[in-house]
Amino acid sequence: MIKTEGVSMRFGGLTAVSDLNITIEKNEIVGLIGPNGAGKTTAFNTITGVYKPSEGRIIFKGTDITGSKPHRITALGIARTFQNIRLWKDMNVLENVLVACHLRMNVGVFASTLHLPHYLKREKKSREFAMSLLDSVGLADQAQEPSTSLPYGKQRRLEIVRALATEPSLLLLDEPAAGMNPQESMELMEFIVKIRDQYDLTILLIEHHMQVVMGVCSRMYVLDYGVTIAHGTPQQIRNDPKVIEAYLGVD
Amino acid sequence: MKRNTFLTIGALAVFALFLTFADATLGRFTIRILNLSAIYIILALSLNLLNGFTGLFSLGHAGFMAVGAYVSALLTMTPAQKEMNFFLQPIVPFLRHVQLPFLVAIIIAGLCAALVAVIIGVPALRLRDDYLAIATLGFAEIIRVLITNAQSLTNGAQGLKGIPKYSTTWVVWGAATIAVLFMLALVRSSYGRTMKAVRDDEIAAEAMGVNVFKVKSTSFVISSFMAGIGGALLGHMISTIDPKMFTLVLTFNILLIVVLGGNGSITGSVIAAVLVTVLMEALRFLDMPMNFMFIKTDGLPGLRMVIFSILLMIVVLYRQRGLMGNKEFSWDMVFGLFGRKNSAQKGGHS
Repeated sequence: MIKTEGVSMRFGGLTAVSDLNITIEKNEIVGLIGPNGAGKTTAFNTITGVYKPSEGRIIFKGTDITGSKPHRITALGIARTFQNIRLWKDMNVLENVLVACHLRMNVGVFASTLHLPHYLKREKKSREFAMSLLDSVGLADQAQEPSTSLPYGKQRRLEIVRALATEPSLLLLDEPAAGMNPQESMELMEFIVKIRDQYDLTILLIEHHMQVVMGVCSRMYVLDYGVTIAHGTPQQIRNDPKVIEAYLGVD
Repeated sequence: MKRNTFLTIGALAVFALFLTFADATLGRFTIRILNLSAIYIILALSLNLLNGFTGLFSLGHAGFMAVGAYVSALLTMTPAQKEMNFFLQPIVPFLRHVQLPFLVAIIIAGLCAALVAVIIGVPALRLRDDYLAIATLGFAEIIRVLITNAQSLTNGAQGLKGIPKYSTTWVVWGAATIAVLFMLALVRSSYGRTMKAVRDDEIAAEAMGVNVFKVKSTSFVISSFMAGIGGALLGHMISTIDPKMFTLVLTFNILLIVVLGGNGSITGSVIAAVLVTVLMEALRFLDMPMNFMFIKTDGLPGLRMVIFSILLMIVVLYRQRGLMGNKEFSWDMVFGLFGRKNSAQKGGHS
């Protein structure tokens, strides 16, 4: 599905990510974990085109997407959420999802301004699709409310729904459980498995809490200071001395 | 819903009646202010599209207006008028005998402004926020200097006189109505939503597949097209244009309307455009010599601009987002207002 080949990202003298080699197969849920500042989000940003990697290549479904613009990468089928929620504040819940639908609507500025018949048809279809997505996460009742009026957990869900509206095949989740209590985190993990099955997704997720990812990921990569220090099944990771060292420190 | 549609149609009919009445009975000066409001509506809407809906802070509006005004003027003036105007240096041959119908000329004027926007937008739109404002301000000045110096094309600093007065009440208010309807349709469409997404969070918009640069350019070009039309109508109304008209002060006046009305509110821009244009004339007495009981002034040119500055400060202090914020006027809002007052009164009596 996606493969990074020796991806490095340097900012001046700082190497945020070095020699990252991730391979994810279709329908897998893979975790990317590591302590603060390990370069997880930077890895995400290079995959989604926010940064152009200093070195290496990123191959998605056989296409080299290294250095492509973010919107092009999204069009190819990679969608993401953000660590610090980035909803559009002046829009309501439904509109937030509809903007993401625009990508697949394929209408220009004139068709949509003049409300031409094919635009109206696609707009109607988008609205139905957006509402069905919102319904699946229990946000349909709040569709007309301002996005910022939602409680934190629901805003996170809305971000995931918004990403789903771009009809991706690979979903990148950046700390989806951040700021959630254990109960909410477990619900979220169930939700992630559910959408994986429902929308035939492949998921790469960054998480801080080891316990949470262990349950949902089939494999995981561990980063520390930009270097991949371990990779394997949750069981292997749990017992890896390097991981324990990075997380807990050693005497 | 039905009641609101009914009220809207009713209000528009009343306004049309008012225009008919005003056009027939009011003096030329009053009609001119009325029509100037319509032109300012178009200009404010075009700047609001950039500032309020796409989040691009541009200060180059006067430049695009100048392009529109000059193109339309040169395309509609009679060869005789052109010869009279261009006494220092003859006009370039290809414009000498051109005389197009008003509608064609004004659309070409808009398209020329849009074309200039494409040329300016490609480099400038890579900048953000204040940098974009400075860059567009610079481009507008460049356009003005070019117009001042292209003697055989624009008649330079002398300007153009005797531009046909095509901007009648019905023309300008018709254009303003089209502009309002166009903006409402654009902003409520899927494309309009992507503009707002770019304004609220560019990074998120990009990540959700919005081609940010394309959306920004489209907004910039449409806005300039409207500014070009507005500039052309202004030229056809006052029948004289010169490069000194199109300075930053003009852009500032439009920006004032947008901020007062509310960034991102179409109806806000309309209300503020009328309000500011009317006040601008109504307060003209402030610039004249004044005679209070004991204090006499010899006239302070620019005093009314002080009033506007104070007005702007009050708005910024008490209504940060302008008169309408980013909301639109609706009948429900009016009824809501009365409803609240009524219930408050009831509360007081009990």
